[in-house]
Amino acid sequence: MNRFTLICAALVFLLAGSVSAQDVLFRNATVLTITDGDLENTDVLVSGGIITEIGSNIRAPRGITEVDATGKYLMPGIIDAHSHIALSSVNEGSSPVTAEVSMEDVVNPYHLGIYRALAGGVTTSHTMHGSANVIGGQNETIKHRFGTKDPDVVRFEGAPRTIKFALGENPTRVHGNRGSGGTGAIVPATRMGVEQVLRGSFENGKRYMEAWDAYTAEAVTNPRAVPPAYNNRLEVMADILRGDVLVHCHSYRADEILMLTRVLNDYGVRKITFQHANEAFKVAPELAAYGAYASVFADWWSYKFEVYYSTSYNAAILMRNGVVTSINSDSGELNRHLYHEAAKSQRYGGLTDAEALSMITINPAIQLGIQDRVGSIEIGKDGDLALFDGHPLSVYAIPAMTFVDGIKYFDRFEDADDMRLQISPTAEIGAFEGQITGRDHIHDETEVLDFFELFGEDILTTIDSQ
Amino acid sequence: MTVFYSLVLAFMTLIPQSQQQDQKARQGTYAITNARIETVSDGTIENGTIVIEGDRIIAVGINVAIPEGAQLIDGSGMHVYPGMIDSGTSLGLVEVGSVAETNDTNEVGEVTPHMDALTAVNPNAVAIPVTRVSGVTTVITEPGGGLLPGTAAAINLFGYTAEQMHAGDVRMLVLQFPRKGRFGNFRRFRGGGAARDPEAEYKKAIDKLNEIWDRATLYQKIAAAYAADPSGKTMPVYAPEMDAITPVLTGDRKLMVKVDGEKDILAAINWVQERKLTNVVFSGVSEGWRVADKLAEAGIACLVGPMLATPTRGSDRYDRAYANIGLMADAGVTVAIRSGETENVRNLAFNAGFAAAYGMGKEAALKAVTLGPAQIFGIDADYGSIEVGKKANLFLSDGDPFETSTNILALFIDGFNVPIESRHLDLYQEFLNRDEGRLQPVEVLPADH
Repeated sequence: MNRFTLICAALVFLLAGSVSAQDVLFRNATVLTITDGDLENTDVLVSGGIITEIGSNIRAPRGITEVDATGKYLMPGIIDAHSHIALSSVNEGSSPVTAEVSMEDVVNPYHLGIYRALAGGVTTSHTMHGSANVIGGQNETIKHRFGTKDPDVVRFEGAPRTIKFALGENPTRVHGNRGSGGTGAIVPATRMGVEQVLRGSFENGKRYMEAWDAYTAEAVTNPRAVPPAYNNRLEVMADILRGDVLVHCHSYRADEILMLTRVLNDYGVRKITFQHANEAFKVAPELAAYGAYASVFADWWSYKFEVYYSTSYNAAILMRNGVVTSINSDSGELNRHLYHEAAKSQRYGGLTDAEALSMITINPAIQLGIQDRVGSIEIGKDGDLALFDGHPLSVYAIPAMTFVDGIKYFDRFEDADDMRLQISPTAEIGAFEGQITGRDHIHDETEVLDFFELFGEDILTTIDSQ
Repeated sequence: MTVFYSLVLAFMTLIPQSQQQDQKARQGTYAITNARIETVSDGTIENGTIVIEGDRIIAVGINVAIPEGAQLIDGSGMHVYPGMIDSGTSLGLVEVGSVAETNDTNEVGEVTPHMDALTAVNPNAVAIPVTRVSGVTTVITEPGGGLLPGTAAAINLFGYTAEQMHAGDVRMLVLQFPRKGRFGNFRRFRGGGAARDPEAEYKKAIDKLNEIWDRATLYQKIAAAYAADPSGKTMPVYAPEMDAITPVLTGDRKLMVKVDGEKDILAAINWVQERKLTNVVFSGVSEGWRVADKLAEAGIACLVGPMLATPTRGSDRYDRAYANIGLMADAGVTVAIRSGETENVRNLAFNAGFAAAYGMGKEAALKAVTLGPAQIFGIDADYGSIEVGKKANLFLSDGDPFETSTNILALFIDGFNVPIESRHLDLYQEFLNRDEGRLQPVEVLPADH
């Protein structure tokens, strides 16, 4: 049944005053609640897209869809705190500061990556601007409501705004160390320059905010008050200073991580998630003290110099030092098995099942400011759930079904092989299109600037940044 | 103290003090007792004993006499597996991916079959210990780029020189089979550039391959005739690239054909048959499941992977890359698993785990990272299983090595008891409780050990 039919069916049911398509009852599951331990032989009821009951022998509302979860594991939908799926472009690499651009404008709901993520139990992605600029664009938090043609439908309604920052080799390579034929070098070429780009932007943002605050106050009594010149870039900087936009910063080395912490401290910005953060383990006590978060890879290292001195024990060291840590994918391949990526923290540091699972559920939810809605199985939270054959931390686990707002968007045994929403009439039938592997590090967004599917052909267009 | 270090510590008390102090790998006479031995070639032995002497396994079984003076390793509660073999990596050839000066995979030119991977393997690459502590003891390391990028080699992951590391004298000539279709490899689109004509490009590549092969065939005849009787003949000009192809033409060296797409696989089967090449293996083969019966009929063994990859087509089922090798094995294709990795070859076991879960089964997946590749490379007399007379390449773990919760606790390569150490572990020890100073597991052992 396609999603449109489902939604129509839902409307019919609603009009008839019965259960909706957003109602579902899981029977007899092992429920991995994340925030309240594991519950054996437990039922979970989702009504109107919200978890309304957790217990045993829940009385089934008439006509409700029941899922027999005997022998299966039910966990909260997985949250990927760093992704580039469902975007038609990634990097506005034209200036070291482009706070004004937003991924909001380039969300592509047709992207097959959404379905493939669902097939790995992932229900929410933080789909981000690239790392070419010190202050890049704003990101978008989406729910994987695959099947819609409307970009607005996949947005995570009410999720806080976030922005991408980037430190180290990528911004210095793109701007300060431009190759031949470019427009010439501009600051930053060094990690020193990165700091000054940040300080300049925050100071100008602060002055802009204060000028507008003064004008707003004056305008109350003085109708002839003159407003400051509008600046869409500084508007966003002011919103960061006000705490309305959360900072997510691409970073690797320990020194640059501390640098940003100092800059943010000087401007009173407390909410910071260090993305990738391969050397965060070296400054884990400092991050814990500041209340900074880390969103890291399970095992990526050595693909560039600034990740040469990393360790796959990064996540475990951070967790054991009290840093709220998530495991992200940054890849259209790894996001399909984030449960496996999180499980690697058991070999690399002996994390418990609960600790490992928290890194792909409640911790990324905290980092995105959506922990009141998703990230655990609790009454009142959204019906975003993943059902696994086998414990999700086992390498042999297979995601069986995935639900968003109580609606089933993935079923291992019911979905067609071909789940594309858009197919080009001119595409060659049966063409080999290529593969993303664990080695195709889409994290290096300045190398792979745009990575999009056009007319379902999975065209992977890569454009060098220089 | 973490669980892992508790385990390693508990285990280290079993190893003599002299070795705990300097942590050097040594050969000797070792007896691993009371272990669950996964032989791969002959099932599982519960409470079994393995005796290692020098570089070899000299006894395996339940009632095994332990030689006097053997260093005892109590394997109670432990599993012993043959060292895993990765059938396709760039390990040792690349230190830092994006730093060109540290990348030795790709020589200038399309036709460089005389480039020898073994020459550029850095025995001290940081990724080598990082890899072997996962239980991978042997890998194929490959040059890449161009049509005939060079010669791949099998290496054991312990040694100070290429000669010490070279496993079973395995060398294979790598051929990147020309790719049909516009989107054969997205890297080709790098740089934007002018519109390409994929059909013309493909024909050009195939023509070039055939021209080189014709030349190599002719060269081999001339060189052989000259070698048999040089009198009155002119010595052939120095042509190292032709010399490198010769052993493939005579069947003395295996040809590794890198091929992925359905049409390309079919074209490659036809090509090797037309060229009457029999010592051939295919590598990659991500669309092998589409033509599995053809591959089985042709009797061509396949080094498949990675499994941890997206489907090759948007129209394909989401889990095709996981399931590919199982479907191929079901059709009767001889298979082994390759990770295609460099610094993360340690993910070989997890590729095998996904293959197992999505249709292949655990037993077949284990064989595809041990005895299977050893048989394909013709080194199964020495590698791939725990049998008397074979090389002591094996590891001890506290469970199934495909599972992420399992710890690898001891490792033997060529009979050396290689310490469980790597830079990743060093950093863990130093930074887990940073402000308490570096943890030193050796120092906390009781003094009388």
